[in-house]
Amino acid sequence: MEAYLDNSATTQCLKEAVEVMVKAMEVDYGNPSSMHMYGIKAERYIKEAKETFVKLLKCQDKEIIFTSGGTESNNMAIIGAVMANKREGNHIIVSSVEHSSVKQPIRFLEEQGFRISYLPVDKNGLISLDDLKNELCDETIFVSTMYVNNEIGTVEPIEEMAKIIHGYNPDIIFHVDAIQAFGKYKIYPKKVGIDLLSVSGHKIHGPKGSGILYIRDKVKVKPLILGGGQQKGMRSGTENVPAIAGLGVATKLVYTNLDEKIDRLYNIKEKLVEAIKEIPGAVINGLTGRDSAPHILSVSFDGIRSEVLLHALEDKGIYVSSGSACASNKPGLSSTLVAIGVDKSLLDSTIRFSFSFDTTLEEIDYCIHTLNELLPILRKFKRS
Amino acid sequence: MFKAFLIKYGEIGIKGKNRYIFEDALVDQIRFSLKKIDGKFVVSKENGRVYAEARGEFDYDEVIESLSRVFGIVGICPMIQIEDTGFEDLSKVVLDYMDTTYSNKNITFKVNARRARKNYPMDSMEINSEIGHRILEKFSEFKVDVKKPEILLQIEIREKINIYSIEVPGPGGMPVGTNGKAMLLLSGGIDSPVAGYMIAKRGVKIDATYFHAPPYTSERAKQKVVDLAKIVARYSGPIELNVVNFTDIQLYIYEMCPHDELTIIMRRYMMKISEELGRQSGSQGLITGESIGQVASQTMQSLACTNEICTMPVFRPVIGFDKQEIISVSEKIGTYETSIQPFEDCCTIFVAKHPVTKPNIKIIKNSERKLEEKIDEMIRIAIETTEKIKIE
Repeated sequence: MEAYLDNSATTQCLKEAVEVMVKAMEVDYGNPSSMHMYGIKAERYIKEAKETFVKLLKCQDKEIIFTSGGTESNNMAIIGAVMANKREGNHIIVSSVEHSSVKQPIRFLEEQGFRISYLPVDKNGLISLDDLKNELCDETIFVSTMYVNNEIGTVEPIEEMAKIIHGYNPDIIFHVDAIQAFGKYKIYPKKVGIDLLSVSGHKIHGPKGSGILYIRDKVKVKPLILGGGQQKGMRSGTENVPAIAGLGVATKLVYTNLDEKIDRLYNIKEKLVEAIKEIPGAVINGLTGRDSAPHILSVSFDGIRSEVLLHALEDKGIYVSSGSACASNKPGLSSTLVAIGVDKSLLDSTIRFSFSFDTTLEEIDYCIHTLNELLPILRKFKRS
Repeated sequence: MFKAFLIKYGEIGIKGKNRYIFEDALVDQIRFSLKKIDGKFVVSKENGRVYAEARGEFDYDEVIESLSRVFGIVGICPMIQIEDTGFEDLSKVVLDYMDTTYSNKNITFKVNARRARKNYPMDSMEINSEIGHRILEKFSEFKVDVKKPEILLQIEIREKINIYSIEVPGPGGMPVGTNGKAMLLLSGGIDSPVAGYMIAKRGVKIDATYFHAPPYTSERAKQKVVDLAKIVARYSGPIELNVVNFTDIQLYIYEMCPHDELTIIMRRYMMKISEELGRQSGSQGLITGESIGQVASQTMQSLACTNEICTMPVFRPVIGFDKQEIISVSEKIGTYETSIQPFEDCCTIFVAKHPVTKPNIKIIKNSERKLEEKIDEMIRIAIETTEKIKIE
């Protein structure tokens, strides 16, 4: 049996998305900027994808920019918005558990002379609203947070944060990295008070190299990629029509019957949670149940190095991440796990299970069974 | 401009009656290395010199790069090669050559003509003086220095005429295949690829053994070793990489023996298995990247203990090198960047906090007695199930 439980790293691309992409490459391969029929046909794919987002996010079509994925969206949101608004102040607030694609642009701005406040999180990875209130000041121009934490599945209090931020000063730009949340939550940026929203395609069964940045009307953002002026000059370069088309189709399908699918995901997660609670020396990081994201579960296994457990599970056809995939191929330990105060001895013993709508209860049973089989053997051979 | 390369070799020139063996091996290695790049080349041996002549288009830098990895070569001279259409044409080509090759002409030169074809109307002295004269006449900045010239302009009158003055240094050493074969214990670290390179440089053909311990070592760690073997193979020629699944043996040792002796015992079995694999494929020795005192398992006592299990000679070419010296070589040969990728190899996984640094062979052998029941069978299985990867 095989169980791919690494869906927060990436997901399988939907067949329907692949089909439309192939068509966009083989049949309607025109450049959307071309004046002739091929150009118009290619442009239709973009329009259609855009409509999907307009309906879903309840926004206007000029508010959607197609990007090459989550990292570009986050970079554009942070650097582009801060640079366009630097005259208004020089203070930025960000949580201390951000993904590298937020952390690094923020670090870049820090080098440029901006003052950065990093909001701490509690043992479940939650930002404290009081800390946010205390950090806001006249100089604050930008606040960034993730919606769902990619390592432990914490859901940050986005609505409350937006209220506090815009209650303090409606001109402060609020960016939400929704890369792990999109496809799991219905997000209405305008209603909630989100100014910038980053989305990635390959986390929701779309193609790699696709994503969007939602930029609320009237919010000033400087483009990072300059050139032929495509996408109203916000993101030059011939649009990646196949990726955009695939992203649109995947998005549409993922949000069909969403509530039902989410219920199923919570059931799956709950089943694994219950089984893991029975395993001696296994500690779940962060919250569980409806207070947490339905698709991410982080577990530390005392005395077992995550890399070893990962490969032992791999040998049985179960694919997981150690900590966070983005953090695990680099030396150095996961920052979210450090930030939530995971015991030092467990930092290097943490596995992330992440599910998709295709994950079955049988796969979870198999995973539980395999864990119970492997853990005693692996514990016998721990580093002395 | 250049159409051919004169290849100079050093040590193999002095091997007496066996000289042809070394020259043939060198020609083979040169052919092998040129086969991998664009262009057609004819490699030939003539009166104690080796030539590589291009037939048609080729990339000059690519040729120099490949030839400078062939052991046995001490110098590569890119040559202009022309048909003999008279002295006037020759001198015109030489003047052109001097003009384009040396944009800064404020240097000294000497012409050194050799007349291998004796029916040429001028003798070498005459050619020297006439060509030298014409160069000075056309480019006044050049100066002649017959004792220590900065440019030694060679003109060889053979069937065709060769003109050259540049010599790119080669790696030295001896052509691979002229000194038998040895088995390299390749770990994925910095030292063992360097050790393999150094022994191959002495003309030894090498194979390699890597100990894989899934799930304790990842597929990426294995890929890293394959990548390293590929880089070493650019110098040594094809390598057969043996990937031994070592997990069961490692766990068995872990279960039965004192933990502070794990590394030593493990290394002894690695030697034993490598030796057997080497024997099966015709190796006469083992190669390791050990350097005295670098880690606990490489103290003099530890080395003596690991060595004790082998009957083949074990070559440790970096034994007297400091880490930085080994790193310098690995940077030079291009293995460093790959070696430092952070994947654990099987040696680091089971390391005890305080491993023995002065193991006593009697005590180690005593501990190994606890393995008697199963170890021979486990070794047999490990050898039988070894995955063999051809690295070209």
